[in-house]
Parts: sequence; C-alpha cells; structure tokens
Amino acid sequence: MALGAARRPRPTKGGASGLQAFLWRLPWLRPLLLLTPPLGWFVFIYLASLVLLLITAFWTIDPFTTQIVQSWNLDNFRIIFTDSTYWSIIGRTVLIATAVTVTDAVLAFPFAYFMARVASRRVQTLLFAAVLLPLWASYLARVYAWILILNHSGLLNWSLQLIGLPPANIGYTNVAMWIVFSYIWLPFMIIPTYAALERVPESLLEAAADLGAKRWRAVRDVVLPLVLPGVVAGSIFTFSLTLGDYITPILVGGASSSFIGNVVYANIGIANNVPFAAALALVPVAIMAVYLFIAGRLGAFEAL
Amino acid sequence: MRGNNASRAGWLRLATTAAAGIIVATACGNTSSAAGPSLAQPPTAGTKPQTSIGQGEGQLNLVLWDGYADKSWADPFTAATGCKLNLHPAGSSDEMVSLMKDGGGGQWDMVSASGDADLRLIYGGDVKPMNTDLIPDWNNFQTYFKAPPYNTINGVHYGISLQWGPNTLLYSTKKYPTAPSSWSVIYDPTNKGLVTVPDNPIQIADAAVYLSKTQPSLGIKDPYELNQKQFDAAVALLKQQQPLIKKYWGLATDEISLFQNGDVVVGASWPYQTIQLKSAGAAVDETIPQEGATGWADTWMLATKAPHPNCAYLWVKWVSTSKVQAEQALSFGETPVNSKACADMETLQAGSCAQYHADQTSAGYFDTIKFWKTPLAQCGDGNNNCVPYADWVAAWTTIKG
Repeated sequence: MALGAARRPRPTKGGASGLQAFLWRLPWLRPLLLLTPPLGWFVFIYLASLVLLLITAFWTIDPFTTQIVQSWNLDNFRIIFTDSTYWSIIGRTVLIATAVTVTDAVLAFPFAYFMARVASRRVQTLLFAAVLLPLWASYLARVYAWILILNHSGLLNWSLQLIGLPPANIGYTNVAMWIVFSYIWLPFMIIPTYAALERVPESLLEAAADLGAKRWRAVRDVVLPLVLPGVVAGSIFTFSLTLGDYITPILVGGASSSFIGNVVYANIGIANNVPFAAALALVPVAIMAVYLFIAGRLGAFEAL
Repeated sequence: MRGNNASRAGWLRLATTAAAGIIVATACGNTSSAAGPSLAQPPTAGTKPQTSIGQGEGQLNLVLWDGYADKSWADPFTAATGCKLNLHPAGSSDEMVSLMKDGGGGQWDMVSASGDADLRLIYGGDVKPMNTDLIPDWNNFQTYFKAPPYNTINGVHYGISLQWGPNTLLYSTKKYPTAPSSWSVIYDPTNKGLVTVPDNPIQIADAAVYLSKTQPSLGIKDPYELNQKQFDAAVALLKQQQPLIKKYWGLATDEISLFQNGDVVVGASWPYQTIQLKSAGAAVDETIPQEGATGWADTWMLATKAPHPNCAYLWVKWVSTSKVQAEQALSFGETPVNSKACADMETLQAGSCAQYHADQTSAGYFDTIKFWKTPLAQCGDGNNNCVPYADWVAAWTTIKG
C-alpha cells in the first residue's frame, strides 16, 4: 500500500502541495493556524489561572476544617485593608521596589550612556559582557555572595575596620535588601536604557550643538526625553521583579523584612489558606496594572 | 531542615487532614495505644499491614532529612539486603507532605516525617499502617516512642519511631560564660538585635512553654492547644521579642552562619547546629532551660502506594537496630528511640548517651519535652475553642511585621 503510493507520480502543476493550495484559497486560515497555539496557551493556561485566582480570593476557609468555603464575601480583602500588618508589608514591598528602581535608573544611565555613545566598539563589547556576566551565575549564589559581604564579620566591616571606621551593621536589614535587589536587577535596567540611547540620532545632538546648547543642556533637553521610554521600560522589569520576589527577603532580610510574596507563600505553604493568599496576590497585580498604565502613557512600550 | 516555613505546600492534603483533625482529640498528654474510640479513623486504617517480609525488590526510594541515610549505615544495608537506596532529601516538613501526596504517587516508599507532618500524612491517606511485629527492635524502644500520639491512632501504628531531639537554647559562651537558666534571655531587651529564632509559626508554642511557667495564671497545659487568651498572650510576648531579633532563621545553615559571624549571641536551635558550630571551633554551647522545651520526633512512614514494601521493612528493621540507631544519633546529633542504643553510643563516643539524654527512660522526662504536633481547633477536652494552625500562621505574619 505504502509502496504503491510512493510509486505514483507526484502532481506537477503549480508545484504547490494540497495544503498550500488549501491555505491559499482560504487566506484567513493561515494566521488562525499560526496564532491558535500561543493564544490558546495564553487564554487557557495564563488567563484562566488568573481568573481562578481572582475567584478564589472571594472565598474563605472554614477555621475548623481549613476547607475552602465557596460563599462569596470580601473578608480576605477586609483583613488585608484593615490590619496594619498587611499595610506595612505592602508598603515595605512597594517602597523597596521603588527605591531599587530609582537606584538602578540612576546607576544605569551614565553606564549605558558611556556604552552607547562614548566607548569604542571593542570596549562596548567588553562592557556588554560585564553587564551580562552576573546573569550566568545562579541567583542564589549572587545573593549569598552579598551575605558574605554584609554580615557582621564580612568584607564590608573588615574593610571599614582597616581604614579605622566603625562597623556598619547593615547585614540582615532592609538596607541590605535594597542593595542586593539593586545589584541583582541592574542589568535589566542597563540594557533597555542602552538600547534607547543608541537609537538617539547623532544629528539631533549636532543640531543642539549648532544651536548653542552645551553638552549638559543637550543631555537634559534632547537625550533624556528621548531615552525616558527606555528607562521606564527598564523600570517595569526592576519594579515588577522586586515586587514579586520572596527569596532575597528570606536570605538577606532581617526581623521585619517580609514581602507580599513571603506572606502569600506562608499562607499557601503552611496555613493552607489559599483564598487569603489569592487575595493578597491580587495586590501586586493591581499595583502592576497601575504601573503599566503609567508606563504606557510615558511611551515605554514603544521602547521595548 | 526540619519544618521551616520555606516550603512547598501540600495544602490539598491539609484540607483533608484538618477536616478529619477536627474530630481528632490529639491531646490527652501522653495517651498512647489506649487512646480510646474518640479519634477519627484515618483513610488507610482498614489496610492490613503485611505479616512477613519477603524478598527485597532491589530498590528503595526514600524522602528523608539530609543525612538520615548516611553512607556509614546505608552502604552496609545495601550490601546486606540488595536494596539500592534512591534518596530525596527534603528541605521542610511541608515539602515532605507535598512529595508524599497521593500515597507517594507510586514513586516513594518511605518518608522520615517529623511530628508536625505526621497527622497530615496519616489523615491525608498518604501513609498506611505498619506491622511492628516485623521490627524486632521495636520491643526495645522507649515506651513513649512505641506508640506516641503523633504516629499512632486508635492503637494502629502508622510508622516506626526513629529519633528525636529537643529544641534547645543556643548561646555564645563569650557572652554567657555560664549557661543561661531561663528562656528569658531571648526575650531580654538588653539583647536587642542579637537574637535569632526559627522562622516557623510553631515557635508560638515555644513562647507558650515559657509562659506556662512564668505566668501560671494563664493555665497553659499543652503549648499546641491554646485558647484565644493563652494564644494572645504568647503572640504578645513574641511581638515584644520582635525588635530583639536579628533574623528569623529558615535553614539550619542560616543560624550556623549567624553565630559564626557574630551576628547573634543567643537563639533557639537544634542540637545539630550546636554540633556543627562546635566542630567549626565556634564559642557556643546549648542548654535546655528550666522552663522545659519543645521537641521534634521523627518517624519512618510507609507510603500507601509504596512500590518496594519489602525493602522498606528491611530498611526500618535496619535503622531500628541499636548499632545504627547509635550511629545515626551521633552523626546527626539526635537521640535514639531504641533504649539499647545507649551502650552502642558509649562505645562510639564515651559519655554521649547521657549527653543526648538517651539514658532517660522515665515517662516524666518526656513530659518536659513538648513534642511537635499540628495545632487543631479541637482542644484536648473536646471543646472547639483552641486556636487552629491557620491562625498561628496569620499571627506569625503579624509578629514578624
């Protein structure tokens, strides 16, 4: 049977297979076939899980059995918004995410500027490698390296002692978290900023110079506005990655360093209170929605 | 290691568990096999355990605490029985519960679960009854560990006790030349920023143990069965303690580095950390203060869908022998349940039997160690006014802030 099929002469006219001809006759079918797998994934896996999360957040657990009670109520949200503990945890998470984003933006801009506009091709490649190099090492290894630097008898205090300064006890504090987060997410800020800086046409800077603008004036009035979307794009990464992290707070955080993620984790992993965890998990979703709306207004998506 | 809250969940399990748990009167102090008919029957209660150990299947898949199948006794076991060990060290009790889901999924044979996970595994139907007649050394176990309330329900044994240890007070000998006699040092404001305690809601029980002695008017009898007033008092104490905490430790290694680097001078710990720190030359020591202590106790439990049950029984038989019990005790820093292991410990390391309290046989001693169990809404007296574990976790969040 198979042999018979193989011996049959192939159709010669047009050279197109049956499928190609079929797709040619129905032009709308091609994009449909291309988009169905990714869209199906997106809708059924990604959105469906988010919707489930949203629904679960309006349920509660029975305190005696810890089984989910499917009666609609706002108890979880009421607890989150009335208990000052959760306010301070949300506040701490947003505050540190903001501080990390600002720090990274301030550190990344001059670095990216040098890479994009000053450095030679060769130096540029070297700097690129330097920025990306830490990403090759494990996240955990990099965080632990910082513990070694910041702890009581670590590199920092050893160096301070060497030059006769009192020890800085910033190991296991929120300051330590801020430093570690800023370090870890810095490449995610440098790369979009660099991409945006490289896209600024040289002619605009020449025009600014022709019109008498000093270098700083040109940076402030020409480069910065053009690069801002890139910086905002980078800030989406640094902000959202910090907002959702729960490992660094466990490792380098101190006594009161819980993030939203840590509380979600504790409620699912230990307390079996999935509805409460779901309600709390919606807080960063809401924060990111607002953030992305503002970022979109600032043109971040054109820069991505 | 044991029971920190960095964990994956198994919450589906817990749902079933605690549902059953509400009817369970876990309490009753040290009630053992004669617990009475008030306990709910776990799903696998009717499963008849095997009555003999057949030929080993050649493989044994274990979920266990790191170091519980050390080469020094695991290799001779494989040589003697032909059972090759495949190990999966777990990071927390919750991870163990999660791995053992669906009776071990036909993948895992046994788990070395701690007391805080046992009831969840039993009422989740993940483990099945075991036949103590097949473990000759079971008769040599200290009476308490033959049928402790965390692994024996209505006289049915859902596992074979292994080792136990107290939660101790670890302190820097530079700061305290003589051992502190009370847990009060971890609540002492002069130790601001120099204290570490486990990042685990079960720590509320440690505060309750302390309060049971320092504030007898609260009437705390069992630190895992607290009414709202007792619970609030324990939480208030821990909130006062919060500013003194340098870090709530998650992994044993975290606490070791905190002490090693001089970040803290006193903390709640396990003997394991003390042994590691001492062998690294750190100036530390441990004590059990006068108020008593909480403790953990581990049990080898057989998965409901264990694919290699004969090798599993051979393994438990092996680790229950006094020689292996002594080896494991000294290697990990814990106390054997086999009363005959004392002599073997002395042979391996003179003085170690008393050092690890392996010579204690009186029931009174085991009353001073409050062994971990998951808090349930139903108190020992049958009333439903005890604070359940979900509230412990929520309170722990507010304590840490």
